Amino acid sequence: MTVFVRLRQPSRVIEVRGGRTARAVLMDLELVAEAHLVICNGALVPADTYLAETDEIEIRPVISGG
Amino acid sequence: MSKCRSCGEPAVIDLARHNANFCAEHFLQLCRRQLRKAIDEFEMFDENDRILVAVSGGKDSLALWDMLIDEGFRADGLYIGLGIGDYSDASGVVTRAFAEQRGLTLHEVDLREAHGIDVPTAAYRSGRAPCSACGLTKRHLFDAVASEYGYDVLATGHNLDDEAAVLFGNTLRWDVEYLRRQAPVLPSRDGFGKKVKPLVRLTEREMAAWCILRGIDYIVEECPMAIGNRHLGYKTALNAIEETSPGSKASFYLGFLERMRPVIEQAVAHDPAVPCPSCGSPTGRSGEICAFCRLVASTSESEPVPVRMLLGKQARNVFDAQWGTSNDR
Repeated sequence: MTVFVRLRQPSRVIEVRGGRTARAVLMDLELVAEAHLVICNGALVPADTYLAETDEIEIRPVISGG
Repeated sequence: MSKCRSCGEPAVIDLARHNANFCAEHFLQLCRRQLRKAIDEFEMFDENDRILVAVSGGKDSLALWDMLIDEGFRADGLYIGLGIGDYSDASGVVTRAFAEQRGLTLHEVDLREAHGIDVPTAAYRSGRAPCSACGLTKRHLFDAVASEYGYDVLATGHNLDDEAAVLFGNTLRWDVEYLRRQAPVLPSRDGFGKKVKPLVRLTEREMAAWCILRGIDYIVEECPMAIGNRHLGYKTALNAIEETSPGSKASFYLGFLERMRPVIEQAVAHDPAVPCPSCGSPTGRSGEICAFCRLVASTSESEPVPVRMLLGKQARNVFDAQWGTSNDR
């Protein structure tokens, strides 16, 4: 099962293995949880949320450097 | 599924530094409480003050403006068009839409129209780092507009991550003058207006979450000129520590304010400022024009320099993917 995940900086969509938590996906992508939020089907969700094949996921970075 | 610590309903966010998860309602409540605590603890302002909020179109400044209005404060916005290509154009659109949708007063200054310069050109011609030219410009204009319109206080969206990263950098260099000046409130003195940072008890992750939950549209993409800068490097380092030791950023910064800054404040004298002979704004250099006037003098006759020309390889790759590869950008 795969899930499409939107990333930023630059904006792009990648395919990752689904059926596991958002935290596991963050770790796979070597993204620090403290620097990101997970949005599932337009709603903010905690990192222990399971990602299903039909979910629309965005992993949004929150760090700004200005 | 994780539950809200306060009510047991499904959580929308996990906050490791509080060792807890929260639903939308109780997360927003926590943010309001932290905002109020900072305002009251550091005596930033009260309901009678007129507040000018410096807004960029990013999550922190828009969240701050929203929170202050939500709490019943009298807060107007100030947006500065910095001339950073498409990024500035998009930031302006988002900021104006925020103000219009809520019927709020937004002051605008376009740097090129008002002073004949923009940040990329100023950085290129002066030899300053882009973020240095940008910061200098914004500080000058924040003071000038707050003074012109008679605001009691200027509020910026600096959050806990920003302040911890600045503190980290100042500590690495043991820059005691900058450490002395690093405070959530800078009182009015020598012609400078009062400045406050009401978000110092809230992280940027919390501010991004605030915007999402409140339906605030903000510029998610990073400023192209900031990509890969030293400040971001400090934040990355601090977040790596935070991952293994939640609460480290808060104890580092808030502990500094409580226990170290008073010691430095006593030990380090500050130089008085005098009016700039050119623009009248306060400056630390007696008899010389201020840093902003020098920047304008060195830049205003120049042809605009495109953003892309100032970027390193990493930043240019991100910029091209986001905004396109035209050399005019």
